[in-house]
Amino acid sequence: MQDTVLTLTQITKRFGSLVANDSISLHLQRGEVLALLGENGAGKSTLVSILFGHYAADSGKIQAFGKPLPPSDPNAALAAGIGMVHQHFTLADNLTVLDNVRMGSESLWMPFFHKRAALKKLLDISQRFGLFVDPHALVSTLSVGERQRVEILKALFRGARILIMDEPTAVLTPTESEALFTVLAQMVAQGLSIIFISHKLNEVIRVSDRVAVLRAGKLVAQSMTAKTSQAELAQWMVGHAIAPPQRHPSEKIGPPVCEMRQVHTALARECLKGISLTMHRGEIFAIAGISGNGQLALAELLCGTKRISSGQVIFQGKSLPANPAKLVALGVARIPEDRHGVGLIGDLAVWENAAAERLHGADFSRWGWVRRRVAKTYCQALIAAFDVRGGGANVSSRSLSGGNMQKLILGRALLHPKAVTGKDAPVPELIVAHQPTWGLDIGAVAYVQAQLLAARDAGAAVLLISDDLDEVLTMGDRIAVMHAGQITPAREAKQWSREAIGLAMAGADASSMDSGCTPHFSATAVMA
Amino acid sequence: MRIEKRIQPSRGAFVWAPLSALIFTLSISALLVLWAGAPVGHTYVLLLQGAFGSVVALSETLTRAIPLMLTGLAAAVAFKARLFNIGAEGQLYAGALAAVAVGGLHGGSGFAIAPSVLFIFMIVAAALAGALMLLGPALLKSHLGVDEVVTTLLLNFIALLFVSMMLDGPMKDPSAMGWPQSVALNSELELSKLIPQTRVHSGLIGAFFLAIGLWVLMNFTVLGFDIRAVGASSRASAFAGVSISKTTLWVALLSGGLAGLAGAIEVAGRTSYVTLDMSPGYGYSGIVIAMLAGLHPLGVLAASLLVAGVMVGADSMSRAVGVPTFIADVIVATSLLSVMVASMLTQYRVRLR
Repeated sequence: MQDTVLTLTQITKRFGSLVANDSISLHLQRGEVLALLGENGAGKSTLVSILFGHYAADSGKIQAFGKPLPPSDPNAALAAGIGMVHQHFTLADNLTVLDNVRMGSESLWMPFFHKRAALKKLLDISQRFGLFVDPHALVSTLSVGERQRVEILKALFRGARILIMDEPTAVLTPTESEALFTVLAQMVAQGLSIIFISHKLNEVIRVSDRVAVLRAGKLVAQSMTAKTSQAELAQWMVGHAIAPPQRHPSEKIGPPVCEMRQVHTALARECLKGISLTMHRGEIFAIAGISGNGQLALAELLCGTKRISSGQVIFQGKSLPANPAKLVALGVARIPEDRHGVGLIGDLAVWENAAAERLHGADFSRWGWVRRRVAKTYCQALIAAFDVRGGGANVSSRSLSGGNMQKLILGRALLHPKAVTGKDAPVPELIVAHQPTWGLDIGAVAYVQAQLLAARDAGAAVLLISDDLDEVLTMGDRIAVMHAGQITPAREAKQWSREAIGLAMAGADASSMDSGCTPHFSATAVMA
Repeated sequence: MRIEKRIQPSRGAFVWAPLSALIFTLSISALLVLWAGAPVGHTYVLLLQGAFGSVVALSETLTRAIPLMLTGLAAAVAFKARLFNIGAEGQLYAGALAAVAVGGLHGGSGFAIAPSVLFIFMIVAAALAGALMLLGPALLKSHLGVDEVVTTLLLNFIALLFVSMMLDGPMKDPSAMGWPQSVALNSELELSKLIPQTRVHSGLIGAFFLAIGLWVLMNFTVLGFDIRAVGASSRASAFAGVSISKTTLWVALLSGGLAGLAGAIEVAGRTSYVTLDMSPGYGYSGIVIAMLAGLHPLGVLAASLLVAGVMVGADSMSRAVGVPTFIADVIVATSLLSVMVASMLTQYRVRLR
């Protein structure tokens, strides 16, 4: 079966001076999984957006099933049998699975629904591909994995024979990912073709038949998956060999820095229900879990932007103040999950953001006046020390790339103003890093991780919250897993198996998963 | 047709955007001038002459611009922090009333103090009155999440009715033959004239320095940073340690205070007593001016001159060619809309296909 279902010829798309896609030619066979691999900004999303009709290419042609696809028309793509499963689900929570699947595929002018026929068709499709979901269940009651199945069903219901999946495993537990891979295998076996977009190398190796690697808008390599390796793919992706961060276990774990005892927060979309943990000097305490299970509440609590409703948080023998400025002064270094919306104030200049956390203290202000020269000197030092590229201290921080934003936040958290003026500068006592490498390219990931390890070795306690299991396993000295606002006891990294963590992520060993906050897929976690 | 974000704001756009906004405004208004049966070119020349063409015209434009500068600054500082204060009109009246209460009600004799000290009291009282008007909505917003647009807008009507009550009651001028107007300000408190034989007064200098002061505050102080930060992103500024409620409170005091000052300076510089029609919507025009100025304090000065010029020019033009003065409102409104569209087009591009 070697017939080509989709051909992209010389697709080029420019945004101003940036060439997002530089004459990319690709083809997709019937019954294969093509992995599209590339770092953030490599041009994957642009290419997919052109294919799906969200953008028009500046030049180039697309042929689907032997017919040319008119540009810039999402309906044409749908009609040609191209379906897309977005990373952020596009489902209506208050409708049933069946209604979600039918939505948009029936004409507004039809006087009656063809509900029974639709139900039969839906059940047929679920049966054929092993995609089982209760058609009458409300989407709001489904788990994340089930919602993704509904997304896939929606595409198939509309007759998709080519399915584009954008980072489909980003929100799944390892078990759910395995289930997804099984479904993909069944779909391919029945002649569908899949474009699988990812930056996780092990998954790409696991599911795809063929890999295409994009870098800086160009198609740099194509290979049969069987003939390549993770190391080779990584090199293609970044253009040079990558040294993984030199991981070494913590040498000396010091006294406790911060202790949480039976901490609860007020009921909300995400909350904590009796969290107890202790963070020590010179140790990385890693928390695994799918986003939306209380990690955000935990991080906000330790960043000073959320209050506890009961329990205690003891920091250096005293109760932790719920005030960001005081926390920073006490030596808490904070790296929030959402660097665009929370970490930085995009409209303000880089130097203002660099000074923002300490602007109310004596370091950067005097009698209500901003010490602009001191702040700018500090910012220049930060830019030099943390290699923040993108225009210097005076540009608005919105114009920085994601990786450089994160370096700015990291630098602000780790570089004390006193270190610039030469006096002996205190090192952070506690570093709260929430998804510090999310969405960064491999080089930036290695950089951020190396900085965290260095800070740990300098004696800081590091709390690393991540839903990337690999990161947790490579970085954590001790690991705990959060689920539904609760946390497992922390164990040393070598006492955890991947499977055990996966089970804990799904809540298998959380004994009391009663009312209150339900596990939630956090939209903020994946927006960026 | 679709709208795409530009990767980089186009450079030429900073020239052609305001220019094309101006051309668009003038051509739309030209249609209405034609409809009114007047020659377009002549009408515009008359408008320009009426606004800036002579010392008298210029002085009238400046006089009209003074309260607009202050309400413009009031709106600019509030909008910068995303506190949408629509209540500058009411705050202006509150300030005017407070000014007369301090500086006129007892005929000046109630307080046996020097006029210069009384003047300061009067100014402070007016600023406080305006600030207090906005304090309630700001507290409701920061503590209970009540929409300040609704509360400040409705407070305007309450303020006007309160003024009406005072003008017919405790502050009624007994010598006004029944006209609803307040007692006059102590004449020693009135502002001096800048140009003899005209109405332009030293309030202009005050407004000018307030604009510079506000610009310095916004750019060089911690409070200014807080205001810009809260306006740009409240979540990010809370993370950075800015107190949202405290900043909102300060902004309310500043904005309300500036609007209150507008009322006091109007009374001290022009009317010398409060009437119910002393402001032809200066509070609302302030919003337009702040938007035209891109919320920049120094831009507010220029935008006030522009709007005041159009209003004053339209007055004299309509007497000459018979185009209704409402053309001024059309020009101001159209220019606001086209400036906003033009500034959007510097960030976005429209693709027809």
